[in-house]
Amino acid sequence: MALVPLLFEQSSPGKRAVTFPAPDVPTVEVSEAIPADLLRQSPAALPELSEVEVVRHFTQLSRLNHGVDVDFYPLGSCTMKYNPKVNEEAARIPGFALTHPMQPAETVQGNLRLLHTLERWLCEVTGMDRMTFQPAAGAQGELTGILLVRAYHESRGDTERNEVIVPDSAHGTNPATAAMAGYRVVPVKSLPDGSIDVEALRQTVGPKTAALMMTNPSTLGLFDPHVKEITEIVHAAGGLCYYDGANLNAIMGYARPGDMGFDVVHLNLHKTFSTPHGGGGPGSGPVGIKSFLAPFLPVPVVEQQGDQFVLDWDRPQSIGKLHAFWGNFGVVVRAFAYVLAHGPALKEVSEYAVLNANYVLAHLKKYYDVYVDRYCMHECVLAARTLKQETGVKTLDVAKRLLDEGVHPPTIYFPLIVEEALMIEPTETEDKATLDRFIDAMIRIHDEARSNPEHVKSAPHKTPVGRLDEALAARRPNLRYRANQG
Amino acid sequence: MRYIPITQADKAAMLRDIGVGSTEELFAANIPAEVRLNRPLDLPPALTEMEILSHLRELAAQNANTAEYACFLGGGAYDHYVPAAVDAVLRRGEFLTAYTPYQPEISQGVLQAIYEYQSLMCELTGMDLSNASMYDGASAMAEAAGMVVNQTGRSKLLVARSVHPHYRRVVETYMHGVGVELIDVPLDGVTLDLNRLEALMTDEIGGLLLQTPNFLGYLEQVRQIEAIVHRHNGLFVVAVDPISLGLLEAPGHYGADIVVAEGQGLGVPLSYGGPYLGILATRERFARKMPGRIAGATVDNRGQRGFVLTMQAREQHIRREKATSNICTNQALIALAATVYLALVGKEGLREVANLSLQKAHYAAQQIAALPGWRLAGEAPFFKEFTVLAPAPAAEVNRRLLGHRILGGVDAGAAYPEILDGAAGALTLAVTEKRTRAEIDRLVAALGEVK
Repeated sequence: MALVPLLFEQSSPGKRAVTFPAPDVPTVEVSEAIPADLLRQSPAALPELSEVEVVRHFTQLSRLNHGVDVDFYPLGSCTMKYNPKVNEEAARIPGFALTHPMQPAETVQGNLRLLHTLERWLCEVTGMDRMTFQPAAGAQGELTGILLVRAYHESRGDTERNEVIVPDSAHGTNPATAAMAGYRVVPVKSLPDGSIDVEALRQTVGPKTAALMMTNPSTLGLFDPHVKEITEIVHAAGGLCYYDGANLNAIMGYARPGDMGFDVVHLNLHKTFSTPHGGGGPGSGPVGIKSFLAPFLPVPVVEQQGDQFVLDWDRPQSIGKLHAFWGNFGVVVRAFAYVLAHGPALKEVSEYAVLNANYVLAHLKKYYDVYVDRYCMHECVLAARTLKQETGVKTLDVAKRLLDEGVHPPTIYFPLIVEEALMIEPTETEDKATLDRFIDAMIRIHDEARSNPEHVKSAPHKTPVGRLDEALAARRPNLRYRANQG
Repeated sequence: MRYIPITQADKAAMLRDIGVGSTEELFAANIPAEVRLNRPLDLPPALTEMEILSHLRELAAQNANTAEYACFLGGGAYDHYVPAAVDAVLRRGEFLTAYTPYQPEISQGVLQAIYEYQSLMCELTGMDLSNASMYDGASAMAEAAGMVVNQTGRSKLLVARSVHPHYRRVVETYMHGVGVELIDVPLDGVTLDLNRLEALMTDEIGGLLLQTPNFLGYLEQVRQIEAIVHRHNGLFVVAVDPISLGLLEAPGHYGADIVVAEGQGLGVPLSYGGPYLGILATRERFARKMPGRIAGATVDNRGQRGFVLTMQAREQHIRREKATSNICTNQALIALAATVYLALVGKEGLREVANLSLQKAHYAAQQIAALPGWRLAGEAPFFKEFTVLAPAPAAEVNRRLLGHRILGGVDAGAAYPEILDGAAGALTLAVTEKRTRAEIDRLVAALGEVK
C-alpha cells in the first residue's frame, strides 16, 4: 500500500470541492461591519483540492490503518469489540443528530427520555443509584468521580483528607486524575496475583484517605477475591471507594460494583458498550454513584416529572460542569441501541468474553510466561520474559511481528508490574477460527524467535511503513506542515 | 446473540481445551460468592435490529430538529452545513473502529490525519502547534487554564464574564480541586470592561481567559486586552469560533499564548451537544506543558516519511501523577471530521462560509432592530451572533417562535441580567450560511408579533 502525500502537498490554487450559494440578503461591506484591526490580513493557508481528491486522499489514508472492521484487535484493556452498524444508523437519525443542545426541554423530550432510560439501565448493570453522562471519556469520568468524592468530604467539613490510594497496577489515568483533583497519590502494592495487598492497604488507610481507586478485574485480568474486605477497610477509615470500569466487560450480569461496596463508578461506553473508538475518541465516560452522592452530581441532571423530562440546574451542592453541554450524546445513543440489542443477555457478552480469553490463555501459556497461573476473566496477561532471555526477542518484537500477520498486537509493557507483558483481550465478538489464527501466529513467532531471531527483531516486514524512529520524532519535533519545510 | 459468533459446538471444544465443563467454572474461580449477582439483570427483553431502529425513531420523533425547524440557536453550537463527503469518510471502518494509534506501522492513516489536523489548526489560528484534540471547547479552556497555572506558577486567573457561562462553570470545576482562584472581569455593555481589566490584572495573575466573539456574539478589543495582559507577563488565552477565522484575524497574529475553540462548526452535526471537538493550539515554548496527544513526523527504517505519537513524556501513561493532564481518549474521529471539512471547503470556502454567516446575521440584526419594541443589546461589532433586547421574556418569545417552526435564541438575560437595561428579555441569535432570507424574514415577522 503506497504512502499518501499530505493534503497540503496535493493542493493547487483555484481548486474547489464545496461551494456555497450567493448571498440572498442585501450585503454590507465586511470592512464596515468589522474594524480593520480585527480583520484577517491574509487568509489561512488551507489546501485547495477537488472533492474527488479529498475523498481519495482519506480513503487511501484509511487503507493504511487497522481497525476492528479490518481484522482482530486484541488490545488488552481497550475492549476492541465489534461495533454494530445499526448503532451508527441510530446516532444519525435526524431527530437525534439534528437537535441543538440549547433547545428548550419540551422540544427534546425524546433525547431526555433516552438519557433517563439508559441511566436506569446502566444503574441496574452496575448496582448504582444515579448516573451522569456528562464526562466525554473515561479519564474525564474519573475526574468527575474524584471531584464528587472531594465535594462529599468538603460538605462534611472533613477537609484533612488529601490522599487518594492507587494500586501500582492501575492505569496511568488513575494517579493523573487524583493529581488533577488536587490529591496526593499514595500507591499501594499489588500481590503477585495482581490483587491488592490487604494488609498493606490496612497500613495505608487513615484520616487522610479520601478514596481508593480500584480496577476490578485488575489490569491482570483477575478478579480481586478480597474486594468486599477492601471496600470495608476504606469505608471504616472514612474514605470512599472508586471503581474504574475499564474492565466491566468481564462481569456484566455476574457481579456489580455497587454490590462490592463501591460508591462511585465510571464506565467506558466506548469499551463495554461497543461504541466505536474512532482512532482515539469520541468516547463517553458516564459516572454512576450511590444516592448519598446525588447532591454533588454535575449540572444539569435529567429528572422525570410526571410524564415530562426536565433538566434540573438547581443543585447548590453540585461539583459544577465537565462539558459545555450534556456530554457525548451521539455516543450515548449508540450505547442505548447496544443495550436494546441485548437486554438481560448482556450477561452472555461477559460469558463469551471470559471464554475467549481463557481459550487463548490455555493455548499460549505453553509458549509464553504466565504471571499468575489461574483462570482469567476477560483478558489474560502473558509475558515474553523467558523468550527474551533465551533468544533476545522482546515483547516489542513479538508485537511488531504480529503486524505482519494482519493482527493488531496486544497491549504491551502493561501492566507495569509484569516484565515484558503482553495483555490480550480478545472480546466476545471473535469466533474460534479467528482466535485459532491468532494462537497459531503467536506460536509461529515463538518458534521463529529461535530459528530466525533477526527476522522477528527487524519486523514488521509487510506493513506500509517499517519501524519508525520515535527518538528522532521526540528530539526534533515536526508537529505540523510548513510550506517551506524540506 | 447477534454479535457473538461462537457456535455451541465451538464453545464445547473451547471449554474442553481450557479444561473446564462450563463457563460457570471460570467465573466461580474468580468471583467470590458474596459479591455474585444471583438473579438476571432487570432489563427489557432484547430487540432485533428492525425493532431497535423503529424504537429509536419513535423516541427521535419526540424531538424538534433543525431539518424541520429553522434554527437560530447558537451559544457554542451552530447549524453550519456539513458536506456529504465528511460523513462518507467518517464511516470508513478503518478510521471508525481503530483505537488510539499505539502501533504506528498499522496506524499511518489516523496518524497522518492527526498531523494534517494539527497543521490545519496552526494555519487557522496562527499558532505554532496544536494537539490532537480535547473533548470540547469548554474542557479545552479548562486545560488551558491549567497550562497557564503550571507555566506561570501563579494560582490566580482572570476570566472574562463574557466567556460562555458553561465554559466558565467547567473551568471552575476543573480548577476547584487544585485550589486556583478565578476572578471575573465584568462587562461594559456587551464586551469586556477594559478599565476593570486594567485594575484587576497584576503581576500575581497568571493570565486572562477571553472569548471572541464572546457569548453574546460581540468581538472583544483583543489588541488592547493583549497589551494589558502581557504588560504583567500574564498569559493570554483566547477562545474563538473557528468559522470566524475565515474573516477575523487569527489570534496568533495578535499575541495569544493559547488558543482554544469549539470545533463543532467544522463539519460536525449538532447531535444535542456532543460529540464535539476541543481545539487547543499554543506557542512552541509551551510545548512541554501541553496536554493531550500530539502526532509528529519522523522516518522509518526504510527511509520513508511516517508519523508517530510523540512528546509522550507529558502524558499520563508515562508520567502518571506528574502528567500535564489525565486525558487519554480524546475526540480523534471528530478531529478527522474537521480535517475533511477544511480540506473540502478550502481557503476560499472558509471565507465564503464566514462571509455568508456574517451577511445573514447582519441582515437579521438590522431587520429585528427596526421592529418596534426591539433593539440591539450593544453597538459593538459582531460576526454571526448578536443579542437583542425583547419586549417579552426570552422563554415566552421562544415559545411563540416554536409555533412558527423556529428555534429561537439563547436566553441571554438569564445569564447576563446586567445587559437587560429595562427590557423584559434578551435573546442571542445565531445566523449561519444555512439560513435563507425567507427563514430570516419569517423570524422577523414572528418577532414583530411580540410586543
